Amino acid sequence: MSNTKYIIGSFADPDDLMHGIEKLQANNISIYDCYTPMPIHGIEAKLGVRPSRLPIAAFCFGALGATLGFSLLYYTMAYDWPMNIGGKPSLPLPNFVPVTFECTILLCALGMVATFFFRNHLFPGRAPRVMDLRATDDRFILAVDARENTDHALVDRLLKEAGAVEVKYNERKYVSYE
Amino acid sequence: MSSHNESILREPLVTGKDITYAQITDDILLPVENKPNKAWWIGFIVAACGAMLWVISVGYTFWTGIGAWGLNKTVGWAWDITDFVWWVGIGHAGTLISAVLLLFRQNWRNSINRSAEAMTIFAVICAATYVVAHMGRPWLAYWIFPLPNQFGSLWVNFNSPLVWDAFAISTYFTVSLVFWYCGLLPDIASVRDRATGLRRRIYSILSFGWNGSVKTWQRFEIVSLILAGISTPLVLSVHTIVSFDFATSVIPGWHTTIFPPYFVAGAIFSGFAMVQTLLLILRKVLNFEHYITMFHIESMNKIIMVTGSIVGIAYLTELFIAWYSGSEYEMYAFANRVAGPYAWAYWSMMTCNVISPQLFWFKKIRTSIPISWVLSIVVNIGMWFERFVIIVTSLHRDYLPSSWAMFYPTWTDVGIFVGSIGLFFVLFLLFLRFLPGIAIAEVKLLLKSASLQHKTKLVQEGAFPEEQVEFFRESLDKYDSVTQEDINALRKK
Repeated sequence: MSNTKYIIGSFADPDDLMHGIEKLQANNISIYDCYTPMPIHGIEAKLGVRPSRLPIAAFCFGALGATLGFSLLYYTMAYDWPMNIGGKPSLPLPNFVPVTFECTILLCALGMVATFFFRNHLFPGRAPRVMDLRATDDRFILAVDARENTDHALVDRLLKEAGAVEVKYNERKYVSYE
Repeated sequence: MSSHNESILREPLVTGKDITYAQITDDILLPVENKPNKAWWIGFIVAACGAMLWVISVGYTFWTGIGAWGLNKTVGWAWDITDFVWWVGIGHAGTLISAVLLLFRQNWRNSINRSAEAMTIFAVICAATYVVAHMGRPWLAYWIFPLPNQFGSLWVNFNSPLVWDAFAISTYFTVSLVFWYCGLLPDIASVRDRATGLRRRIYSILSFGWNGSVKTWQRFEIVSLILAGISTPLVLSVHTIVSFDFATSVIPGWHTTIFPPYFVAGAIFSGFAMVQTLLLILRKVLNFEHYITMFHIESMNKIIMVTGSIVGIAYLTELFIAWYSGSEYEMYAFANRVAGPYAWAYWSMMTCNVISPQLFWFKKIRTSIPISWVLSIVVNIGMWFERFVIIVTSLHRDYLPSSWAMFYPTWTDVGIFVGSIGLFFVLFLLFLRFLPGIAIAEVKLLLKSASLQHKTKLVQEGAFPEEQVEFFRESLDKYDSVTQEDINALRKK
C-alpha cells in the first residue's frame, strides 16, 4: 500500500478532538497519541492513560531530603564537632526545623522534576518529536498509526465526521526535523 | 474541562471579539517574534544605566570593603539589609500567584503568573547580591554553607538564623526557577514551532524537546500541582526565616513573636504592589489588555487592601504590646520610632502602608488604572520605609546612650539601591523580549470557559436567566477593554 506511517487528524476545537477519540474507539481503531497546545482534562481517562505516579516519587524525594537534612545537622552539630554555645544543648531540635524543612522542599522539587524530565525524555538539546507543527499553536492533533489500522478511508471519514478540519497522511513519523 | 460552562455571574478573564487559539498565540508572542519597539529600548537603556550604577557601586564596595557604606558601630545594619528584605518581600507575590492561587483554583492567575514568577526570580537575584556584598569578603561567601574545610572541619552554626536564611533563600530561588521554567516549556515549544533558522535551534534547545503529548501534559499538571503545594509552605517559611534574622535577637523592637506573620503579610503586600506596577505598564505597552483585564487589576487591588490592613493591625499590635509588656526598653524603642529623630520615616511608613491602601475600599479607585499605579508605587515606598524603620530605628539608640548615633547613607548605599532597581528592570525587559510574558497554554484553557466571547455565545443561546445576565452586563462596566457594542451583544437571540 502507500507509504503512510501516521494519519493525523487536526482539530480546531478540543471538544471535537474528544468527539473524534470516541468515534475512533467505537470503531476499534487504536489511537497512537494526541498532541495539544494545552492540557485537556479528562483525555487521559478516555485514552486509558494510567494516573501518573510522580506524586510517589515526590514523596520519596521529600523523605530523602528530610533524612539527609537532619543527618547533616546531627552530624555537624551533635556528632562531629559539638560546640558549647552558652551551655545550650548541642542537639537543639527546634533549631533544626528550618534547615530540615528547606532540604525536604529542595530535594522534593528537584527530584520530582528530574523524574518528570527523565521519564518524558526532556532535556536541553533533545530534538523535538513533533507530528504537526501547529500542535503547539492552535491545532489539536490526533495521531493514528497507519500500519496498525489499515482501513484508511474509514479513519479519514470518522475524523472528518467528528469535525477534523484537516486530515494528513504523514510518510514520516515526525515532521519537526529534516 | 474545556467545555465546562462557568457561571455567568463570574466576570470574564479574557475579553475581545473573535479570539481564537491562534489569536492568543499571535498576541502573546508579538513582542517575542518582532523587533522591540521604542518604549522597550527607552526602558532598556534607562535600566541599563541603572545596572551600570549598580556594577560601579558594588565594585567599589568590594574594592574598599563595606566601610564604603554609611554604617557605624551602632548602626551595623542599614540600607543593605533594608534593601535585601524589600527585594525578598517583592519576590513573594510571584510565588503566591503561581502557587497559592493555583491551589485555590483561581483562574485569574493564568494570565499574570508568568510575569509575576519572573519578577520573583529577578527580585531574589537582587536580594541575594546584598547578602553577598554585606559579607565584606564576597569571595568567601561559600563559607555560609557546611562544606568540609581545613580548619579541622569547623562547621557553620546551625543555631543561627543567618545560616537558615542562606538555606531558605537558596532553596526558594532554586524551586522558583524550576517552577517557572517547567511552566515555560510548552510556551517555548510554541515559539520554536513557529520560528525558523537559528532562532528555531535556540528555542529548540530551550524547549527540552517538548511535544505536548497526553502523557507529557498529564505529568506536567501533576508536577505543577505538587510544586505549588510545596512552594506554598516554602514561601511562608522564607519570609518567616527572614523575620527570624531580627526576631531571634535581643534588640528591643526586633525581639517579638509577631514578626513571622507580620513579615509574610508585608511581603505579599509589597509583592502585589510591584506586580501591579509592572503589569499596568506591561498590558498597555504590549497590548495585553484583553488578557490582563480590569478584573485582574481589581483583584490584585483587593489583595493589596487586605494585606495592607493586616500590616496595619500588626503595626498597632506592636505598639500595644510594647506598652503592655511593661518593658522599659521595649517602650522606649517604640516611643523613639513614633516621636524620635526618625519619626518622619515612621510616619511615611504609616501613611503609605496603612492609610493609602484603604482608598481601595472605593470601587472607583480600585478600578482606576492611573490611581492604582500611583498607589502601587506608594506601597512600594512605604514597604521600603517599613524595613528601614524596623532596622535603623531599633539600632540607632541602643542600651548605652553614649553610643547613640544616626545613620547617613553614602553615595555607595544609594547607588547600590537605585542600581539594583536598574538591574531588576534589565532582567525583566530581557525576559519580555525573549520569552512569552503570559502563559500561553494556560490562557488557552480559559478561552472556552471564562472568556467574554464564550459567555456572549451562551447568553445568545439563552443559557442563563435574564437577571443573571443583567448582573453580568453591569459587572462589565469597569472593563476598559470591553466596548458598549460587546455589552449590547449580550442579549438572547
